Amino acid sequence: MQNYSRRRFLFVSAAASGALLVGWRGARAQALPYLGAREEAQALGAFVRIEKNGDVIIGARATEIGQGVKTSLPMLIAEELDVDWNRVRVEQLPYGYIDTDKGPSNKYGDQGAGGSDNIPSAWKELREAGATARALLVQAAANKWDLPKENLRTSSGQVIAPDGRTLGYGDLVEAAAALDPPKEPPPLKSPEQFTIIGKPTKTVDAADIVTGRAQFGIDAYLADALIAVILRCPQLDGTVDKLDDAEARKVPGVKDVFMIAGPKPDEPIDGALANGVVVLAENTWAALKGREKLKVEWKAGPWAAESNSALAAKANELLDKDADAVPVRKDGDFAKAYKSASSKHEARYEMPFLAHATMEPPGALVQVQKDKALLIASLQTPSRASQTISNLTGIARKDIEIRLTRAGGGFGRRLKNDFVAEAVQVAAKTNGRPVKLIWTREDDLRHDFYRPFGVHAMRAGLDKKKKVIAWSHRCAATPRNYRDSGMKSAPLYIGCIEPQDFPAGLVANLDKTFFPIASGMPRGWWRGPIHTFHAFAVQSFIDELAIASKQDAVQLRLDMLGPARKLQFGAPDDSGYDTGRLAGVLQLAADKIGWKEKRSDGHGIGIACHFTFGGYCAHAFEVSVQGKDLVFHRAVCAVDVGRPVNPLGLEAQMIGGTIDGISTALNLAITVKDGQVQQHNFPDYPLLRMAQAPKNVEVHIVESTEDPSGAGEIGIPSVAPALANAIYAASTVRIRKLPMMPELLRLL
Amino acid sequence: MPEKPVRHAKPIAVPPVAQSAKEPVLPLRINGKAFFHNGDPDMPLLWYLRDVLRLTGTKYGCGIGYCGACTVLVDGKAQRACLTPAKAVSGHEVTTIEGLAGNSELHPLQQAWIDEDVAQCGYCQAGQIMAAADLLRTTPHPSDDDISKITNLCRCGTYPRIRKAILRAADAMKK
Repeated sequence: MQNYSRRRFLFVSAAASGALLVGWRGARAQALPYLGAREEAQALGAFVRIEKNGDVIIGARATEIGQGVKTSLPMLIAEELDVDWNRVRVEQLPYGYIDTDKGPSNKYGDQGAGGSDNIPSAWKELREAGATARALLVQAAANKWDLPKENLRTSSGQVIAPDGRTLGYGDLVEAAAALDPPKEPPPLKSPEQFTIIGKPTKTVDAADIVTGRAQFGIDAYLADALIAVILRCPQLDGTVDKLDDAEARKVPGVKDVFMIAGPKPDEPIDGALANGVVVLAENTWAALKGREKLKVEWKAGPWAAESNSALAAKANELLDKDADAVPVRKDGDFAKAYKSASSKHEARYEMPFLAHATMEPPGALVQVQKDKALLIASLQTPSRASQTISNLTGIARKDIEIRLTRAGGGFGRRLKNDFVAEAVQVAAKTNGRPVKLIWTREDDLRHDFYRPFGVHAMRAGLDKKKKVIAWSHRCAATPRNYRDSGMKSAPLYIGCIEPQDFPAGLVANLDKTFFPIASGMPRGWWRGPIHTFHAFAVQSFIDELAIASKQDAVQLRLDMLGPARKLQFGAPDDSGYDTGRLAGVLQLAADKIGWKEKRSDGHGIGIACHFTFGGYCAHAFEVSVQGKDLVFHRAVCAVDVGRPVNPLGLEAQMIGGTIDGISTALNLAITVKDGQVQQHNFPDYPLLRMAQAPKNVEVHIVESTEDPSGAGEIGIPSVAPALANAIYAASTVRIRKLPMMPELLRLL
Repeated sequence: MPEKPVRHAKPIAVPPVAQSAKEPVLPLRINGKAFFHNGDPDMPLLWYLRDVLRLTGTKYGCGIGYCGACTVLVDGKAQRACLTPAKAVSGHEVTTIEGLAGNSELHPLQQAWIDEDVAQCGYCQAGQIMAAADLLRTTPHPSDDDISKITNLCRCGTYPRIRKAILRAADAMKK
């Protein structure tokens, strides 16, 4: 994430209609006091707008990708504003770029979606925005009644005097808009006073979604927009050798055909992802038909020989030889402790490349004019999209308008803006005419920034009392930072193995080492990225250790976690992770699945837990293998993300994370052969269907008074290992390679 | 300033994309209204709905009839609009998510979807609802296995709440 200036000022002003607006602007004038002075508001530039008739409109700043922030963030504002949630209308704010003395900033704060950080970053600042608006309304009422403001209270959009008189917020907006905002942020409610936070709250866009009115990026149209599709080189870093577009140009509705440049081999992939041929047409169908008629001969690039089998062989070779090692973490002396251990265990686990496969594929509607540009698209980082457009066009970022829509899934795919870059490159050739770039599913699966491929080699030594005294986790993988200019200085292991994750700090002699494998596959973040990638190995291996040493798999984890205490996670001053909370969700999931109860009839139960992004989660499954089918009998998820802002949304994230985890673990892999991705569309990248999914996911939310953390990613890392452990319990087949179903059928 | 995009897939504020006038005109009935398609009769219904009529509730997901994001009703029966040429539905009644409720504000399925808070990203949900509408037409009291016959994909994993919403709507429609 870009380092924005954190200094922002709240502003207060009246709209032309007389409405009260409370918003932020950047730290431009240093002389202004904290919380700023009066300033004319931009049209939409406000978190809160209260009309004279009492209508309350709250601006939603973050990009909604299905994680529920368009509902949960406005709840934070509404809570402190003290309004009736049923009377609140939520509107999506556009991207809020502003220039400041200190460089680029954003008048709404962080609008991106990544790292599950929307809720934690908004927890204080958005409540303060709501509290400021409320303070102004109270002050306006105090002035009107000539009473001290301390004697007044608010409830459901009204200010209430000690004698019972009331004034609706709508009656106060004109007077409030004339007041200067408070010099200090007003005090926030104590949690006992919450009426909105913690209450199950439905998705604000639900009615629009079920009636087809909700707008996603792909739904944006401009009157004279041309549709673009691109035939991209199927080979990694390949180029166009020969192009014959004569037939394509004959398709009615096709307007133009031209080439588009991808990145040069070994240069960062900051723009388009691949070399290709653009077909511009009057409508999508004509564009697609035109593309089918293209005759292109491709020239293979430097990765023409790349294949999954070679990558796996290379990974195992590096691990066998202990070659090209990049140290990640060393505690104590692993080699010595392992040598002295009374029992030794080892296993390797293989993880495939994964595509994001958002239901709404990438795409963008772009208009580039001489000195301004417009983008409407489903995004996860509007700030980087704005940078991309500015870099490619030279247009100043303040002159780039970005309208945000709901996104049909994100999962990390839209942290990249290659599709925006493509649309801009195309729009540069249309003389100001807008261009709508459409990606098909085939484009999407074959041109993604994939989750890395890798092999985890685990070793552990136990002493006579069956205590884990030595732990080694060596990971050979395709480094995540490949051709990523934002990660140039990041260590090679970032994105594949996490130095501080469980069981770091819990085993005296610990070694984590990384072995980079060269690959031409573009790589990116994939929901709970590092964590889904390595928790499978860690939590499967623990299960194997427990079984091999005849210990209870839950108790072994609890023993390792030890007494409740905080371990460092992230920077030394970050809040760290609490072994007690991790033990808590593990125990809760174990209790709910009935861990101690013996299963019969071929049923097996498995469990796993994980901590990341401030959240704690455990999964437990009860499954059986019937013929060639895996049958789910129960799916349990226990989660602790601190105080839940919206329990209904949190439950949805856990159900979704669980099913996404199952879907991915069972069937999904991207494979590469001859330098080309082998998958084409959903039949060979088969997301789970309803019939294959558990009918119910039992979600148990830990009551907590800790500050909330995000929930978009914590629901997935513990799924795959819990499932593998359950399959072992049911069938004694140990799955050490994902996806599971092909492995299960091979091993049965 | 460029023209704003159509925010809602209601009556069109933007002129339909110009088509070649040489093509024969194809009469279509969509959500109870008559339309005349003067473009390529092979254009999939999906793109006719979206690019021409700007009825954007019907979504593109895979283009091969696999994921169901584009599910519409043709004479009440669920059909993948991405594989249905416009000419194939001439003479038939097409219903999209925008027309599902008819003259009511919401179809019981739409209400149930809201009540169960089904949607996460929301992209596939129109197709899921259309598939469920067909299911309830033929099977007013669906079992779990009946519901399992819906093959629409949801990447967010909303299936458990979809199941609940279908049962809730079935209940509501019984009354």
